[in-house]
Amino acid sequence: MVQNIIDVRNLSKSFDISSKEPGLKGTIKHFFNRKTKSLKVIKDISFEIKEGEIVGFLGANGAGKTTILKMLCGLIYPSEGSILVSGHLPFRRKGNFLKNITLIMGQKQQLIWDLPPIESFYLNASIYDLDKFEAKKRIKKLSEMLEIDEELFIPVRKLSLGQRMKSELLAALIHEPNILFLDEPTLGLDINAQRNLRKFLKKYNKDTNATICLTSHYMKDITSLCERVICVHEGRISYDGKLNLLLKKLSPVKEILIVCRSEKDATRLESSGFTVKNKIKNEITLKIENNSITSSLKTILNNFDIEDLFINEPPIDEIIGKVLIKKDYDI
Amino acid sequence: MISNLINRKLITLFKVQYSNMLEYRVEIALWAISGIIPFFMLNIWTNNNLNESINISDVMLSRYFLCAFFVRQFSVVWVVFSFEEDSLMGKVSPYLIQPLNPFFRYFAQHIAEQITRFPFALIIAFFFFIFNPESIWIPNLGILLLSIVSTFLSFLIQFLIQSIVACLCFWTEKASSIERLLFIPTLFLSGLLAPVVSFPAYVKSWIYLTPFPYLIDFPANLLSGNETNISGGLSMQILWIFVLFPLFKKIWSEGTKKYTAMGS
Repeated sequence: MVQNIIDVRNLSKSFDISSKEPGLKGTIKHFFNRKTKSLKVIKDISFEIKEGEIVGFLGANGAGKTTILKMLCGLIYPSEGSILVSGHLPFRRKGNFLKNITLIMGQKQQLIWDLPPIESFYLNASIYDLDKFEAKKRIKKLSEMLEIDEELFIPVRKLSLGQRMKSELLAALIHEPNILFLDEPTLGLDINAQRNLRKFLKKYNKDTNATICLTSHYMKDITSLCERVICVHEGRISYDGKLNLLLKKLSPVKEILIVCRSEKDATRLESSGFTVKNKIKNEITLKIENNSITSSLKTILNNFDIEDLFINEPPIDEIIGKVLIKKDYDI
Repeated sequence: MISNLINRKLITLFKVQYSNMLEYRVEIALWAISGIIPFFMLNIWTNNNLNESINISDVMLSRYFLCAFFVRQFSVVWVVFSFEEDSLMGKVSPYLIQPLNPFFRYFAQHIAEQITRFPFALIIAFFFFIFNPESIWIPNLGILLLSIVSTFLSFLIQFLIQSIVACLCFWTEKASSIERLLFIPTLFLSGLLAPVVSFPAYVKSWIYLTPFPYLIDFPANLLSGNETNISGGLSMQILWIFVLFPLFKKIWSEGTKKYTAMGS
């Protein structure tokens, strides 16, 4: 049986926020009498993640998904509740725990700006107690997986964003962590670089059985990597489960465009009892429930003279967009 | 075993930071030149014959200010500014989840910068001796070694003071403003502008209870061969390190609980 590697119980996090009214009056008031209020950004959430799982955290900006990742990796201290990651309390930041995890934040870098990435790799290797031989072996292996070579010897400031991101990944993975926390790892990357990064993460997960927690606003990252998603809405979990179940639930129908041989056939199809979205001459668009697609298509093909047909999947961004603004999904 | 691992980490850190500092050699040369305040002060003291009031000869005074320049070159600390920026911009986050306290990085940066500075400081000293040939002297090896130790302890004290102030970033965000409060006593009481011996007796007795005279005055007097209580000075330096280090550890451990990872 696969064990839980992350166990979160009744977790909450509050931040003290000071607010200021606009204008000079507000500034003076703010200077003499600063008012702070406690804002609860994570509200009593619980979940578990199994070893080797890739879980996507979805949510609108400010929903709290990055705060959850920061607490999971021990960067910030939880206000209430408990977190166990690989048997450790993350915020204690014990050496054994830190050697097991990594955090990658898109656009935030740990590489030394004026030196080639290779220098940062050897530095990280020594921080994680790897000897030079082992470090060299791992750099070679990871650079092959990430398809970087000459870039290792060029100062970071001269690398493109994609090359830099690959180097950041290599620096963050040199100690072969079991748990990866990725906060918008593909942010700002072009389509090819995004695809390569996803391919790499998939391979890393397959080869090492590493657990990956990922946030991203690019739906392609989520759909191609994550079987399971945790949707966060205003600090609470609105959905935790399989991504395909969520998509089915949110998009129970498919649109089918049917091109009939004649307009007469299209008119006959229109009045045959299917839900019609629209009809233009011999082209008719039907809305058919996912669970009756096969039988409906059989009926149509047997009874009407069809020239062509197209099944349109609803855009995933649109479906997920619905999740981000809803409080609860009971599936 | 543990100390070996730490040493290996630190040695790699020093090497990497030294490579990084060599990228900034022009800036470092300029910083070295910008530290010549003691020479201006020497000029003011000698032109106004102020040294007579404290019974120090011209030669000893010029040696004192040259040594003050050297001690300052190897004990200057800016960790509060680096940490404040890194903390506010979220750059410190990746370092916080590595099994090495981020302050080791800043520590290595400072040491690397001092090594890079060294040749420039020697060149400035060379020109100083050309204009003041009567001040040339060779300290004996024992004194030289003790002065190096004392200068390093002075650096440690300043590094710890600034690190404590830097940790206030976790509460105030602009900890460097607090550091500015310390700048005035550091400037006046450390011996950078005037040897502490020139202060009135009742003021001196108070000054010696603070860490400031052990930052420049004591190591500069030691190196220049002026009369000084060597064991007392070194003991006070070590004592201040023993006071400041646990304080830093405490404030660091409390502060990281307050860290909000802004900017990331």
